[in-house]
Amino acid sequence: MSQPINFHPVESFKERGRSVVNDPAQRKNFRSAMDFLQGKRRAQFPERQELEGLRDLASAIRRYSLAQLPTLLEQLERNLTANGIQVHWAENAEDANAIALDIARRVQARKIIKGKSMVSEEVDFNHRMQEAGIEALESDMGEYIVQLAGEAPSHIIMPAIHKTKQQIAQLFSEKVPGVPYSEDVDTLIQVGRQVLRRKFAEADIGLSGVNFAVAETGSLCLVENEGNGRMCTTVPKVHIAITGIEKVVAKLEHVPPLYSVLTRSATGQAVTTYFNIITRPRQPGEKDGPEEVHLILLDNGRTQAYADAQLRATLQCIRCGACMNHCPVYARIGGHAYGTTYPGPIGAIISPHLRGLDQTYPLAFASTLCGACTEVCPVRIPITELLVRLRNEAQARPDSEDATLRGSGAGRTKLATAVWRGWSLVYSRLGLYRMTSWSMSRGRALSPIDQGAWTRSRTPLVPAPKRLRDLLRKRRK
Amino acid sequence: MRARERILGRLRATALPHPPEPPEVASWYAGRQRNETRPQQIERLRSALEAARAEVHDARDAAWPAIVKGLAEAKGVRRLLAGSGSPDAARLAQALPAGIELVCFDRPIDDWRDELFDTIDAGLSRAKGAIAETGSLILWPDAHEPRTVSLVPPIHFVLVDVGTLHPDFHTAMQAGRWAENLPTNALLVSGPSKTADIQQTLAYGAHGPRELIVLLIDEEGAGK
Ligand code: SF4
Repeated sequence: MSQPINFHPVESFKERGRSVVNDPAQRKNFRSAMDFLQGKRRAQFPERQELEGLRDLASAIRRYSLAQLPTLLEQLERNLTANGIQVHWAENAEDANAIALDIARRVQARKIIKGKSMVSEEVDFNHRMQEAGIEALESDMGEYIVQLAGEAPSHIIMPAIHKTKQQIAQLFSEKVPGVPYSEDVDTLIQVGRQVLRRKFAEADIGLSGVNFAVAETGSLCLVENEGNGRMCTTVPKVHIAITGIEKVVAKLEHVPPLYSVLTRSATGQAVTTYFNIITRPRQPGEKDGPEEVHLILLDNGRTQAYADAQLRATLQCIRCGACMNHCPVYARIGGHAYGTTYPGPIGAIISPHLRGLDQTYPLAFASTLCGACTEVCPVRIPITELLVRLRNEAQARPDSEDATLRGSGAGRTKLATAVWRGWSLVYSRLGLYRMTSWSMSRGRALSPIDQGAWTRSRTPLVPAPKRLRDLLRKRRK
Repeated sequence: MRARERILGRLRATALPHPPEPPEVASWYAGRQRNETRPQQIERLRSALEAARAEVHDARDAAWPAIVKGLAEAKGVRRLLAGSGSPDAARLAQALPAGIELVCFDRPIDDWRDELFDTIDAGLSRAKGAIAETGSLILWPDAHEPRTVSLVPPIHFVLVDVGTLHPDFHTAMQAGRWAENLPTNALLVSGPSKTADIQQTLAYGAHGPRELIVLLIDEEGAGK
């Protein structure tokens, strides 16, 4: 099995983050990219009333959908099936890849061309296909670039946001036969266009994600600018769409507000170039479009989030990326440092369900809780509250009723537990408290110089020479 | 089937028996209507399309074939793809000069995929409607006018009757009762294909048409 690139061990999270923080060039790239995206979003919402009203509506739509998720999924399945679209259910990544492989084997596919799909990244689709001898090629420009570089996307909307045009020029001149070095963005995009145009025509299967699945009509909606999504879902004989079970909405009329708030929050566009509603495979007499359309519905831990009244809000997400664009931590460490498919605040709150809290809990601590994410989230997910909840889960005693998630309690250490126990002992007994504070101010000279993470970029903490109560007593005299 | 039952079972265990009241989508859209006149809506459509780098031309119905001919000549189009058996294709055929071949999409894509990708310079289709607010064209491909006409050729000509203009997406969807009669594939197209995936720099002609040329057909001349 080849090394997965969609997950890196959480133990090295801080190390990865630090290496970006210490690299001024990368920091400058991220900063300017985030400033750009923030500015674009702001310009889309000149009126506060429109913004807040739309967020209320979008949030209500998502909550309404989730409240009846099992019923809507069944309705979706029924209507898709009636329309001729085949529905498959996958409990985990393995299931999802096996379903896709079955289809690929049946139609004797050798080449799969892919539209942008974060869920396919989540299940490490490309590598699993490769192992089975099937080429899976990314066609979104950003995804194509990161695949060529052997990397994973560092942002859910702009996969190659960590790369400069110089790096991309270098990459193309090395990896694409016959392409000279050029930093001109138009030239680079035309290189991608030429290479991939052939691939659309040759591919046996097109794979795509889904932005919204409409239960009422049995339709799949895709949002994009490049046209590769349309190519993947129109030109090959077979189209496979893959999505998380949470992406369903009840009614077609729920789509316009979500689409509007999605594109405006994500890239600051009033609308994308293409909005694609797919309802059937090719019908008799029609001259193009896939003859088979499949939908893979993936759980992969989402039902865990669903089962908890508070954490369920995680599933409201429409994957706009605004939370990462506004996150001070993401802006400094970039997407790869997180080591998960979904980086930034949404990554911190969704990854524990996909991978287990034991594999991901430090992400919830990589936040200042400044609330910028919560303020911009178009579907009003209380991200900061969820981060705090996950922090608590990470520290919960595994056998207590506070531990409700896979991997709860993984963040507990003997030292921290002992320190907190001591703290609560001291703070709950007056005599002990006075004695401790007195001896600490007396013994202040003994304070350690190295105080771990604290002193890496700050001066050491030293108790005051006089306690507050001593100062007050003196003043009263 | 087991995965399905297990997933639904887990969801069923905690789903609400009575979901909250449905979201008030219609009243949200009703509350933000601009109540613009037709000419104002046309201007909104035009400026949104132009901001997205589409080319917009006004035309009387009788005149559009000549305008398409002129533009196709100026852009060096040699093979122009249109739907099969449509009155638009027939009218265009009469207007095109000898140097431009009109290709009709009259056989399945599987029979001529390479030819379609490699030799067609432009495609012509007719929009079912348009959305003023976002400058979007509603395409409703069918057996006569396949999906790839508006996707594969590098230049895309679209005919839009200004009588089909709607103020916003939701209104268009409700007016056309989309929920009851969606085609195999419905599309909104709001400009030429583009990407900003390299250093946030906008580039056109990513995978779809590099040029989107819109002909606004206005019989009453309301759009000037
Ligand atoms: S959590 Fe909210 S802001 Fe973040 S990606 Fe999801 S919808 Fe967008």
